[in-house]
Amino acid sequence: MSKSKRRLLLGNEAIARGLIESGCSIATSYPGTPASEILAAVAYFQKEASLSMHTQWAVNEKVAFEIAYAGCQTGLRAAVSMKQVGLNVASDPLMSAAYMGVKGGFVLISADDPGPHSSQTEQDSRLMAMFAKIPVLDPDSPRQAKDLIAVAYKISESFKTPVMVRPTTRVCHSRQDITLGSIPKNKREVKFEKNPARWAATPKFRLQLHKELEEKLSAIADYRPTAPKKLNPKAKSTKAIIASGVAAAHTKDILKELKIRSKMPFYQVIQPFPLHRKFIAHIIDTYEEVLVIEETMGVIEMQLADRYRVKGKLSNTVPKVGELSPEKIEEIVSNFAGLKSEALSIKSAPGRRPTLCPGCPHRASFFAIKKAAPRAIYTSDIGCYTLGLNLGAVDTVLCMGAAISQASGFYHAYKNEEKRPDIVATIGDSTFFHAGVPALIDAVVQKVGFVLVILDNRTTAMTGNQPTPATGHGACGEPTDTVDIESLVQGCGVKFIREGNPYELEKFIPLVKEAVKYSRKRGPAVIISRYPCVIHRARQGGSGETIPVDINEKCDGCGYCIKHFECPALIYHDDKEAKHVSIDPILCTSCGVCLNVCPKGAIVAKE
Amino acid sequence: MHKTIKQQILISGVGGQGVLFITGLLAEAAINKGLPVFTSETHGMAQRGGTVVSHLKVGNFSSPLIRPFKADGLLVLKDENMAQHGSFLKTGGWAVINSENDLKVEKKIAASAIDADQLAQKISNPKSANLIVLGFALGRAGDRRNLFCSLTDIKKVLRKKFGRHKKMLDASLLALQTGYKASRKKAAQMVV
Repeated sequence: MSKSKRRLLLGNEAIARGLIESGCSIATSYPGTPASEILAAVAYFQKEASLSMHTQWAVNEKVAFEIAYAGCQTGLRAAVSMKQVGLNVASDPLMSAAYMGVKGGFVLISADDPGPHSSQTEQDSRLMAMFAKIPVLDPDSPRQAKDLIAVAYKISESFKTPVMVRPTTRVCHSRQDITLGSIPKNKREVKFEKNPARWAATPKFRLQLHKELEEKLSAIADYRPTAPKKLNPKAKSTKAIIASGVAAAHTKDILKELKIRSKMPFYQVIQPFPLHRKFIAHIIDTYEEVLVIEETMGVIEMQLADRYRVKGKLSNTVPKVGELSPEKIEEIVSNFAGLKSEALSIKSAPGRRPTLCPGCPHRASFFAIKKAAPRAIYTSDIGCYTLGLNLGAVDTVLCMGAAISQASGFYHAYKNEEKRPDIVATIGDSTFFHAGVPALIDAVVQKVGFVLVILDNRTTAMTGNQPTPATGHGACGEPTDTVDIESLVQGCGVKFIREGNPYELEKFIPLVKEAVKYSRKRGPAVIISRYPCVIHRARQGGSGETIPVDINEKCDGCGYCIKHFECPALIYHDDKEAKHVSIDPILCTSCGVCLNVCPKGAIVAKE
Repeated sequence: MHKTIKQQILISGVGGQGVLFITGLLAEAAINKGLPVFTSETHGMAQRGGTVVSHLKVGNFSSPLIRPFKADGLLVLKDENMAQHGSFLKTGGWAVINSENDLKVEKKIAASAIDADQLAQKISNPKSANLIVLGFALGRAGDRRNLFCSLTDIKKVLRKKFGRHKKMLDASLLALQTGYKASRKKAAQMVV
């Protein structure tokens, strides 16, 4: 394939391509929407061009950050990618790395999710960059995201600082035609130069590093290549609009359509922090009123220190909550320009709620848990199995790993009560590795009476089936060593460990009952519920034993299976004469689990 | 001529129906024709059987999203989604809807329905409803120059994509052709 050819690239693939074309030699990540495809695409381009670099999924974002950071300490170019809440997990090394700086270029990609579409929060990673005192770049499209990776490495190496690139969902998950550039051939020398005063700085030296960091930031605030651009140099007015990221892309089209592109001065900010010093002075000196449009917090706005002339999130001109859709921006821009707003919004109709896939082993686990411990408190975690909500088998979801620590918290809260509820926590295999292990050690030490069901579907399913430490292969498909979940649980000190197949409900329900009974008196009980993800299995072309099912005349339309099992392949018919349930032949995977669900015995194996 | 093409098409369905797949085919067709293209997709949590929508913009655009009442065309793989996405269509736009029922569309639009699920069963490829709807749209909108690409353009993309997997290619082409043929057979486009 010729290299100058245009290719349709997902924003995340464009970012990956940017890393490869910048000679990145160490790339790490932990999957999370909307950032997940970045590392997979790095692996793809790496294989396509037969590059010798290190590309890996790490056990969590903190570990991913630290591995990549050490890479840059040896002089190589390195990158770590994650979603915004992943950066919370990696914030410890981030804050410290900002002080120590870099040798080779180090780029941190933190993908935000205004909306939120697939996240717990709408937090703004640019504010994290500001908090850590590192520069951040804010791309408006896949194409610009790719270009800004190269700029980020340049800043990183010129000023010896980590640099953040902050795409949002609409950049990560847009596709655009992109022209590919070439991949550098020359290899860098790997050389870690010992310098404990810097790489292992004590508080005394940290003060010095902090001073240096402030000097770096001050210089970056004058760095010309990333200075805000006036996109319509001839436009003159007493008002101006400033935008960054996808909000800038929307605004470009809207100004054109409103026919004010030649009149309303419009600036695009590429580097929201540190905001360029000269730009701040120019804006304050030139305009009477300024509108700032950015996602998701007022990072640019708060650096424009004039509360009376600057309109944005702080003045409630731009909503503080939710994604800035183009129709919202059209309304804001029209009002600001003194035009009659013709922006039409549509009433939001409820879409379909997400649900576990037909044949998903989690559904079987949740059904069993509810049968075995119907009145328990159900703590859960981040992953597909959060959708156990639909089955009433998930009461809490806080953040990665919290299923276990919250179970502890509930146990301790009720400890002195006469009636103590059973507690059943659910956590996925990947999430258990990510942040569950320390919480489990704590629960063992405190002898917390609860059942932990580790939903081991052999993959990180929600984000697109990335490998876990138990899978046995890496990001490029290369074989890796594995960590066995059972041994790990045992290593944490748990005495009750059982493995079960949730598809075999008639055995699995008693197993959960046994664990609940144990937990009431004797402390943590762990069940490893083991069955592979249906999507993952289908992609690998495999399928297990199938049991096609049918509904017989015993079905009286009671709706029990719909409410308590909620499989998309079970279709409820609200016919006046005969309410009944049928099987959707397209959706049904013939897992046969529902054979044990109907209390009337109406779901039967097909003859 | 290409320079002036500006089309915004919304593709709506639920997780697992292949919304992203046909969006990709249309986008590749645009690239082959030398047109700038932008798409926006749904990933993550929403893909698990939830509503999935993708925005396809062909021509010179900066924003990846389509605003309400601005779409030139609508491909709807699940008729219930019309409630949520029907109002993206502009006055005078066209819609192709996978539905076993008669259409109830409020606005004056050129809307055609096709029972793609049933046709997919008929050709023993139950998951190919997406391609049948696309084939149908290519017949309805494409041949009236309301779509930037033609049946031939999409076939070309499929051939390139599945070149080495003859079985998959044949199945995909059959589904596409089935939808296209249906658009010829059915009575003239109805205006609701």
